[in-house]
Amino acid sequence: MVSVIVFLAAHLSGDPALLIAPPGADEADLKEIRQRFGLDKPLPIQYFNFIRKGLKGDLGESILYGLPVSEIVIGHLPATFLLIGAAKFISLGIGLVAGVLAARRRGGWLDNLVRWFSLAGLSMPNFWIALLLILVFSVQLRVLPTGGYGSVAHLLMPAFSLGWYFSAGYTRLTYSSLLQVLNSEYIKLARVKGLPEISIVGKHAFKNAIIPVVTLAGMNLVVMISGAVAVETVFAWPGLGQLMYIGAVNRDFNVVQAVVLFVSILMVMMNLLVDILYAYLDPRIRYQ
Amino acid sequence: MNRLVFFLGQAWDILKRVPKAPLLILFILVASALFANLLAPHDPEIGDPRQRLLPPFWEERGRMQYLLGTDTMGRDILSRLIYGSRISLLVAFAAVIFAACIGTTIGICAGFIGGWADQIIMRFVDAWLSIPTVMFGILMAVIMGPGVFNIVIIMSLVFWTRYARITRGETLSLKTRDFVHLATIAGCGRWRIMRKHILPNVMSSVITLASLQIGIVVVVEASLTFLGVGVPPPKPAWGLMLSEGRGGLIAGYWWLVVFPGVAIALLVMSFNVIGDWLRLYLDPHYRNLE
Repeated sequence: MVSVIVFLAAHLSGDPALLIAPPGADEADLKEIRQRFGLDKPLPIQYFNFIRKGLKGDLGESILYGLPVSEIVIGHLPATFLLIGAAKFISLGIGLVAGVLAARRRGGWLDNLVRWFSLAGLSMPNFWIALLLILVFSVQLRVLPTGGYGSVAHLLMPAFSLGWYFSAGYTRLTYSSLLQVLNSEYIKLARVKGLPEISIVGKHAFKNAIIPVVTLAGMNLVVMISGAVAVETVFAWPGLGQLMYIGAVNRDFNVVQAVVLFVSILMVMMNLLVDILYAYLDPRIRYQ
Repeated sequence: MNRLVFFLGQAWDILKRVPKAPLLILFILVASALFANLLAPHDPEIGDPRQRLLPPFWEERGRMQYLLGTDTMGRDILSRLIYGSRISLLVAFAAVIFAACIGTTIGICAGFIGGWADQIIMRFVDAWLSIPTVMFGILMAVIMGPGVFNIVIIMSLVFWTRYARITRGETLSLKTRDFVHLATIAGCGRWRIMRKHILPNVMSSVITLASLQIGIVVVVEASLTFLGVGVPPPKPAWGLMLSEGRGGLIAGYWWLVVFPGVAIALLVMSFNVIGDWLRLYLDPHYRNLE
């Protein structure tokens, strides 16, 4: 985890003064900036300072907002979590249903439809889906707002455009893992016992088939935050992605860096959590 | 000579079986990238101010000279799409090749040398992998500034780690195999073994990974460009066309947004289908799984 920070700190060595400085600053300005942010010190000391402050939650100030970066990041969290949660719900819903349906009717028209739907989701950039949704639902049909934050109507389009891509992965995984489980001995036993089909698939097979899907869903949770940057920008959704976009456009380096750092740490923690959850779902896996 | 014939034979064999529709799309896009200056009916960067915001030819105000309409600056959409394929394909191929080279070299070295060097390199790779793709790209783009060449560098820096992980894993198992031991006994040096004995054996996974990744590279490049930190205007990049067309969306200028997106989706889709197919083709093991 520390190495993530090492790497990020290493990148500070470019010449951050140039990034912080407003365009057109001369050499004297640069020198002053270097002194103010401690950039004239040797790199190891800079790195040490960075870690020391970072551990205390101090990641510097935003040039644009004039507030501590950590405060701004925390302020943007609720919107991001709401969007990610909704997108996760939609993508898992689509993925599980589509995967089970396609696996039950292998080679049928439904299977083909599901296959095309996932391929489309994987191939279309999410911000383009977002633009198309705006075109259809806001411009043509005038039923949903083009952007903003607040109600369920505001949430629908961003969550769907973000979720579609991820639903493809869940569909495929549900599909293949359900097929694998359905071929196993204990399902054959359930069949021999004369259990109804719905109970076999829904209760016995589904529970085991869902394990890899849960893993992927957990790992994806943080990937989604990163993928949401463009979607949040399109819909003016006040989350981390939009914060990062505004930071990037205005060369507010501290903000951009803090968001990346924060999300990376979240990613590491998430992977750990998935491992624990994995062991809980599958009693055969136990870590010493 | 014999090797060339063998190679061509293999290439033909692959070409015979690859799914045809995505191959055709890819062929058209590559051709339009190569012959953009012959195919494009208008200049992609200089527009005609009198012909602003014309719709595609089948609509009421549309004109045959501007098949897919014009944008806010009177530039021909079709020409911009054709020139745009150049940027997308160039960035995608260059970035994937760079990333594969960096990643494979580091992965093979880490796996083969082993010990603490391996540990350090792989921890570093793990840390690198835990930084989310798009955000990492934006961070790098903010540091390096916009430009086509910079985007290629950024993309390869973002994507090389996956190659390192895969090749390192394979090298670990390959180096315990008999042919590597025999090569050592025969007096081969480390570098020679890595180059002549390990590298050819990891190539198929590298190619598979590259073919699966290239679609993602196109999407990430389009995202960065869309967000204004990738390819700078007035270049006709597809992501840029989307971000420029965004403003006209509410007014109903749908063609500004639909066509570039279709181009991206078609390109990525054909990459994905071919990549998926290649994965099965190169690894017969998978055939039984699906």
